[in-house]
Amino acid sequence: MKRFTTALCAGVLAAMPMAALAEDSSDPIVIPIHNWSSQIVMSHVVGQIFESIGNNVEFVTTDSQAVYESVRLGDVALELEVWEGAFGASFRAALEKGGLHDAGDHNAVTREDWWYPMWTKDACPGLPSWEALNDCAEIFATAETGDKGRYLDGPVDWLKHGQERVEALGMDFVVVNAGSAAALWAEIGAAEADKKPVVVFNWTPNFAEAVWPGEFVEFPEWVEGCDKDPAVGPNPNALYDCGNPAKGYLKKAAWDGMKDKWPGAYDILTKISFTNPQIAEMAKLVDVDEMEPEEAAEAWLEANPDVWQGWISS
Amino acid sequence: MADIASTLPAENTLGQGLSRGRLALIFVAVAVVMTIARYLGVLPEALFRLPESMIPPFAIWLDAIFNFIKDDLGLIAVTRWLTEGLQWLLDVTANLLFGKRRWPNIGPIPWTAIAAVAGVIGYYLGGWRMALLGAGTFMWTALIGQWKIAMETMSVLVVAAPLAFVIGITLGILAWKKPWVDRALKPILSVLQTLPFFTYLLPAVIFFKVGPTAGAVATTIYAIPPMILMTTLGLQKVSPEVVEAGNMSGCTKWQLLRHVYIPSARTEILVGVNQVIMLCLAMVVLTAFIGMPGLGAKLLAMMGSFKLGRSFEIGVTIVLLAVMLDRMSKAWVVKQPEHFEKGTPWWKRHAMLLIGVGLFVFFVILSRFVPEAQELGRKQNFSQGKEIDTLIKAFLNIDAVKATTGFLRAFLNVQVLIPFRNFLLSIPTPALILLVTAFALWLGGRKQAILAALFFSLVALSGWWDRSVITLYSVLSAVALAALIGLPIAILAARSDKWSKRVLLVCDTAQTFPSFVYLIPAIMLFGITDIAVIFSILIFAMVPLVRYTIEGLRTVPSEMTEAADMSGATRMQKLFSVQLPLALPVMAVGFNQAIMFAFFMVIIAAFIGTQDLGQELQRTLAGTDMGKNFVLGICVSLMALTFDMTLLKWANDQKKALGLE
Repeated sequence: MKRFTTALCAGVLAAMPMAALAEDSSDPIVIPIHNWSSQIVMSHVVGQIFESIGNNVEFVTTDSQAVYESVRLGDVALELEVWEGAFGASFRAALEKGGLHDAGDHNAVTREDWWYPMWTKDACPGLPSWEALNDCAEIFATAETGDKGRYLDGPVDWLKHGQERVEALGMDFVVVNAGSAAALWAEIGAAEADKKPVVVFNWTPNFAEAVWPGEFVEFPEWVEGCDKDPAVGPNPNALYDCGNPAKGYLKKAAWDGMKDKWPGAYDILTKISFTNPQIAEMAKLVDVDEMEPEEAAEAWLEANPDVWQGWISS
Repeated sequence: MADIASTLPAENTLGQGLSRGRLALIFVAVAVVMTIARYLGVLPEALFRLPESMIPPFAIWLDAIFNFIKDDLGLIAVTRWLTEGLQWLLDVTANLLFGKRRWPNIGPIPWTAIAAVAGVIGYYLGGWRMALLGAGTFMWTALIGQWKIAMETMSVLVVAAPLAFVIGITLGILAWKKPWVDRALKPILSVLQTLPFFTYLLPAVIFFKVGPTAGAVATTIYAIPPMILMTTLGLQKVSPEVVEAGNMSGCTKWQLLRHVYIPSARTEILVGVNQVIMLCLAMVVLTAFIGMPGLGAKLLAMMGSFKLGRSFEIGVTIVLLAVMLDRMSKAWVVKQPEHFEKGTPWWKRHAMLLIGVGLFVFFVILSRFVPEAQELGRKQNFSQGKEIDTLIKAFLNIDAVKATTGFLRAFLNVQVLIPFRNFLLSIPTPALILLVTAFALWLGGRKQAILAALFFSLVALSGWWDRSVITLYSVLSAVALAALIGLPIAILAARSDKWSKRVLLVCDTAQTFPSFVYLIPAIMLFGITDIAVIFSILIFAMVPLVRYTIEGLRTVPSEMTEAADMSGATRMQKLFSVQLPLALPVMAVGFNQAIMFAFFMVIIAAFIGTQDLGQELQRTLAGTDMGKNFVLGICVSLMALTFDMTLLKWANDQKKALGLE
């Protein structure tokens, strides 16, 4: 009983500034953070918005795939970056099991596909068309691939189907899987010094755009069913014969219990919507300006009050 | 391996040895015939690889067992209840160390106070140098701007390490008291020590919730085994006279344990404590995969955004913490309890304690008035991340470096490593099992051979054969290369005291430096290739090889070397005919350690990009695929165990044969 009263008092005190939200629990809202900067900064931005209306917030580092299981169980309250390409499958699986739901899309769109840093274009001027890429396959050759080009795909568990696409489109490329995002950056970083042409898996928005300007390879445009029906796409006998969707969603996910436990915060969460440039800016504060994520979030909030204050006031 | 073994005939274990050698030869011959048959295309497919249909669904069975234990027996309710308690403890330390808003709500302790106390403890244990190391480590951490994350790490370690100590010492005492506990624990401990850490992580998450609790549990479990072993070892060595004296003075059983056995086994127990601390630190980065905050999580995030300099700095912090804790705990081992004359005043007996408390209070109060003493804020740190970035990149861009790596990549990778891998993969499964059995039989003995055959057959049955072979290939190549580079270094270093010390210091540093940090330079040097993988394993595997070789050479009895000198042996003759053969048993232990380290590191190398068991293990970590995770982990463990028992048996046999024990 005593604990209840304490909790109640704390809750009331915490919610004082926003009388309308008096019912938000004083338990900390646990926000998961992963290992890429935009997500970490965005989580801190949202965390600080929650704090500004009197909530308690805590951060926990989790795996970006396993997190949906944690959201479902209520171990963490929400997830701010659900990428269609990367996490769509895990998100949908958790959705089916129940316990979490879709809390709306960001304005930002995501894209992930074959990508090259700008200097590659000097050696292969026909880019970004995929046919042109294939014609200069040999400039991407390494000691191990002979005269075929090497395409560095994401880790196998990201299921990017690079190999299938190479076969479906009859490309002269050997697909090598990196073991982690860090490994991809290391390859680009190593190529940067003497402007060696490379083609690797990449996605947007992320910090790499700020460090290494580049472009996505234009494959035959994505058509619904390209991954399920061989007839769809240029090669009538193969799956994965087109590029990935150029405008994938970026969603927020929430634990089902969040709505009742922290209605005020939940209301804000559903309104939150960041754009691609905003996300890139957040990543840049950490990756290029070397700020700590908390500082970056503060700085971003200070610089962009008109973006976020509208989400609270109503 | 083979050339080392052949310098000393293995047949010196009586007549049995001859038949052992011959049997091993027969096994090898059969294996060769099978492989040739495969090349000629006459070997039935079923003998090349086990048909899919014959592979039992171990993963599904294990999943069923786990689910039964977890849900039907309700283990998860128990562990989640334990989690609450653990969470409370972690919240307390988190509040004290970095000010998480939980009971008792008095933290965070200012960094100056912690640094001062570390200095005093250092002074107490080992004089001014240790004091400097203690205070210096914490000052570095604060000045480089990593105070908060370092304290996040420490807040878990200060719970996990004592927990591992308590559980370890209790189990150790039990194992010493009750033979059946010992018998039950031994195999579990061997498996635990070889099980890849990714296999600890998943159950930790499922049963103890993602975050610091799971991190603490995984760290604790990882650090327990040496504590148990050292406790048992220490207690067994207590001399009967001391026990007799205890009995005569009428001790009860508990008093005997508390006042006779444990003080007598003090040295071993403290060595165990040292091991616990070291293993806890080794887990700092790995547990970041399951949500442990702090240095490890930051390191992974820095690597994810290609910040070499910052991740290097974090590596330095971890090394400093490790070196500090290692030196302090070792100094504690050596330091004998102080005894004061009767009548010494209280404050004199506890002078150090008082100074420590005094400084602590002083800095806590000071920090009320001087904010810098409490916390270094934004832009106040001295991180040189970008500068180190530039330095590393400039180094990697030197033409000579690029030419060397280009050559290595073209020659070693394309001409040596990849053909070797393909060759291993082309050996039929039963033939490879026979080869390993022959190896175990020849070096170890009958028991080792039977277990080796059993273990590798299980690996074949697991359905992950090809990946296991690739894992084995990385391990063997890395250890072979490590020997090629490490042995000459060690032999040269062992010639003088000064160089031995220097090289050993490098070894210590290399061992505690988080291996993740050099994965990225490895990729930048060699690209995402086998050679990058092997290079990163090699650095790690070379440490025990060098260390044990130096130790082995330096502990060769001086009568032996003098005898060699007197009979006019040249330096080379002395080395090859006297010193190396005598040092070989110790070096074999080093080899064994190198192989164990390599099995550990090969899993981490999945981060670069491999096609082995590590890659699959990493994949399971993202899900809830516990059955598969365990099957993969056990495969690694079984292979490692085969080498472990064979090499250790051989080393022991040789020691006996040479009369070194």
